Amino acid sequence: MSGDGIGVAVRRKEDPRFLTGRGNYTDDINRPGQLYAYILRSPHAHAELGAIDSSKAKMAPGVVAVFTGADLAADNVGGLPCGWLIKSKDGSPMVEPPHPVLAQGRVRHVGDPVAVVIAESRNQAKDAAEQISVSYKELPAVTDAAEAIKPGKPQLFEAAKNNLCYDWHIGEKDAVDAAIKKAAHVTRIDIVNNRLVPNAMEPRSAIGEYDRGTGEYTLYTTSQNPHVIRLLMGAFVLHLPEHKLKVVAPDVGGGFGSKIYHYAEEAIVTWASAKVGKPVKWTAERSESFLSDAQGRDHATHAELALDKDGKFLALKVSTIANMGGYLSTFAPAIPTYLYATLLAGTYTTPAIYCEVKAVFTNTVPVDAYRGAGRPEATYVVERIVENAAHEMKIDPAELRRRNYVPTNAYPYQTPVALQYDSGDYFTTLDMALKAADYAGFEKRRLEAAKHGKLRGIGIASYIEACGIAPSAVAGALGARAGLYETAEVRVHPTGSITMFTGTHSHGQGHETTFAQLISDRLGVPVEQIEVVHGDTSKIPFGMGTYGSRSLAVGGSALVKAMDKIVNKGKKIAAHLLEASEADIEFKDGKFTVVGTDRSKAFGEVAFAAYVPHNYPIDTVEPGLDETAFYDPKNFTFPSGSHIAEVEIDRDTGTVHVVNFTAADDFGRIINPLIVEGQVHGGVAQGIGQALCENTVYDRDGQLLTGSYMDYCMPRADNLPSFSVATNTTLCTHNPLGVKGCGEAGAIGAPAAIMNAVVHALSPLGIRDLAMPATPERVWRAIHGQRQAAE
Amino acid sequence: MATTVSMTVNGKAVKGDVEPRTLLVQFLRENLALTGTHVGCDTSQCGACVVHVDGDSIKSCTLLAVQAEGARVTTIEGLANGNELHPMQAAFREHHGLQCGFCTPGMVMSAVDLANKVKNPSEQQIRQWLEGNICRCTGYHNIVKAIKAGATAMQGGKS
Repeated sequence: MSGDGIGVAVRRKEDPRFLTGRGNYTDDINRPGQLYAYILRSPHAHAELGAIDSSKAKMAPGVVAVFTGADLAADNVGGLPCGWLIKSKDGSPMVEPPHPVLAQGRVRHVGDPVAVVIAESRNQAKDAAEQISVSYKELPAVTDAAEAIKPGKPQLFEAAKNNLCYDWHIGEKDAVDAAIKKAAHVTRIDIVNNRLVPNAMEPRSAIGEYDRGTGEYTLYTTSQNPHVIRLLMGAFVLHLPEHKLKVVAPDVGGGFGSKIYHYAEEAIVTWASAKVGKPVKWTAERSESFLSDAQGRDHATHAELALDKDGKFLALKVSTIANMGGYLSTFAPAIPTYLYATLLAGTYTTPAIYCEVKAVFTNTVPVDAYRGAGRPEATYVVERIVENAAHEMKIDPAELRRRNYVPTNAYPYQTPVALQYDSGDYFTTLDMALKAADYAGFEKRRLEAAKHGKLRGIGIASYIEACGIAPSAVAGALGARAGLYETAEVRVHPTGSITMFTGTHSHGQGHETTFAQLISDRLGVPVEQIEVVHGDTSKIPFGMGTYGSRSLAVGGSALVKAMDKIVNKGKKIAAHLLEASEADIEFKDGKFTVVGTDRSKAFGEVAFAAYVPHNYPIDTVEPGLDETAFYDPKNFTFPSGSHIAEVEIDRDTGTVHVVNFTAADDFGRIINPLIVEGQVHGGVAQGIGQALCENTVYDRDGQLLTGSYMDYCMPRADNLPSFSVATNTTLCTHNPLGVKGCGEAGAIGAPAAIMNAVVHALSPLGIRDLAMPATPERVWRAIHGQRQAAE
Repeated sequence: MATTVSMTVNGKAVKGDVEPRTLLVQFLRENLALTGTHVGCDTSQCGACVVHVDGDSIKSCTLLAVQAEGARVTTIEGLANGNELHPMQAAFREHHGLQCGFCTPGMVMSAVDLANKVKNPSEQQIRQWLEGNICRCTGYHNIVKAIKAGATAMQGGKS
């Protein structure tokens, strides 16, 4: 291993530019002659859209153009496509209503884009938008999914009776029902997974530019997957040939899923730039982000867990209503199905599982993947019900989990809900967490807290996640309309330095460092001599981008394949230079050596020979040292772990104070421990945010009440503790690095751990349930109500 | 209705035409192309736009450009000494106090002001000081560590 190879906490290559204000985010880019777009959005959650009079706006100072849905329709602009088809129980395809770029005929959520003003300055565009007169005929709205599927509620789409998008299921219903019937004990819960706003700190932004000379379009956009945007927007929305469309996602300030999707504004600025003949820029104000970025979670679930008398799980039955919002976002249908229900085995050997999911349209912002995407929802169901079962059966929660974990010698382990886990060791990981959290010493701390009038609780969550989605053929069979491979190109330069091009995208994950470490480890080139390029479709090979903790497991595997090709070719060149047989050449520590001799050629010498092929096996080997590889994963990867939260609750204020948070995770092989820890910290903070303060609230008319940082509670530094994190490593068995992915774990484990701790703290008062987020008000009301009942 | 403002930014005298409603952050980003100062919200909550005005950290979205007339402004671009990172910047790198980098300029500028005002701030003081800076990536854990180390380094101690 070289000094900056695998396993070393290399300080990040990207940091100096971010630390000195020299990052290059989309809104930092300004194109010559650029105009500014402002999107006029619906103030109503549900309304018939009548006449739009933009004559005054068109006369306003600086205004170049105003466009509406009618202009786009006249130009044959398509709707925003959905990338995953789910079929209902009866085999019928989901209801897939049109999603116009600018609303046509009806608006379906507050923030639905209605018109765009293009002007010489942001302020002029914004001022002019106030001059547009839109005639709305308001309709009754429905925002709660469980309400929306009842008969007689407002209907969003004619094709979607009772607003049902699909009614899907997985598993063996009869077996589960039978097991529940004869079980010694059944634990039942009704829980809500609260809707969240992802809130990457960089608001979305997009610049469209059309070059009349070449006929080429360029879109600069805040995206996690620029090739996906190029494909969707080019093929389905604007009908632009891919070779004339370039999508650049430069430095991107966080995504967490919300920047995966193809959004209306991207199509608008690209289309408009050709219409007006100048580059067009749009940047969201945060208020717009709240109304237009895809939101996350929003499930209502009933679950039943059947156990035998010893606490062995016999069956799990889950029924979930998932809110899709007003339209289908790009990957929305897949989240509460294949990324949710398939995870309901958790870390356990539950032999029979059945889950049904109804996806429902409502007059709210569309919902899609947000950090964890389905897996936090699944973990929340499983770990809350397991904790309640432990309480009801008077078994220690850690012990109940141990009795049901997949045995460490049982891999590969086939769950009853389609997934096959390749590796793991949940027992060791739990023990690490218990030890680090001093689980054994909790009772002493509880008594100490009680002396000060505080309620103290401890909660465990053992999670599993499925990352690095998935063999393309499997995903395709399940309804995906895209492949899920990844690509890497390793371009060795004549002097031996390297530019690596990846189809993944970094928006905080530190790929420029991690991938450089992989290259350094394998090829012996120092990280300073390696440049990692991502985010520009005109430079990188076609890749699927970054989400679902896939970059290292899938993109890193592609990189390994590309490096294999480099080494193999290098061996041929070195054999020629060293006048040896290729079979006798080994590559190690940056040198091609004739086995058993001291005769060798440095990597740089071989690279130079490849580009200056004077003395070269030219008849059998092409010049150059530049290799591309595609890697299609063989399976998901299965990171797992146990998180333990310890909280103290102030009886008088209801405030929950997180006094300790311990995460023990198995991410497979770790490339850069510093980056991995950072990913865990960030995920845990988002999970604690969901559990304690974040909530997306619509009023009955569909107005978003939590539409700014004044109302939507983002976790601040003083809401959180420092975290204790540790890793236990079992290797992934089916990718060359043995890596599993670490980006989402924190957000998956933390909510259940926190809520189990909160409920544990409140259980002496007889409280066994509390909805997220456990705000001081909710906790206080629970304490108060319980006291009143008791008194 | 443009009006002219002049101020000193990162040691250089600058001036520019702005609308009366132009915010200081807009002036920095749009007139001066100092795009290191970011806009993350529209309610003065997130702190991505923190700069120093006459030595104090301030959210540059809370100040009109005309209110900064004659002021001495330092942005993230003005913090390092040539290619040598400021000790607080170096500490953020050393302790992995940044991920996507978007909140980072505001965090660093805010942290430098704290370290100027409070010698060796405690973890609690740091966390409370950061009330006005939101980070979505790091969970603050490493930011707090970085600020502690950066504050020590700023006093000539080891980072």
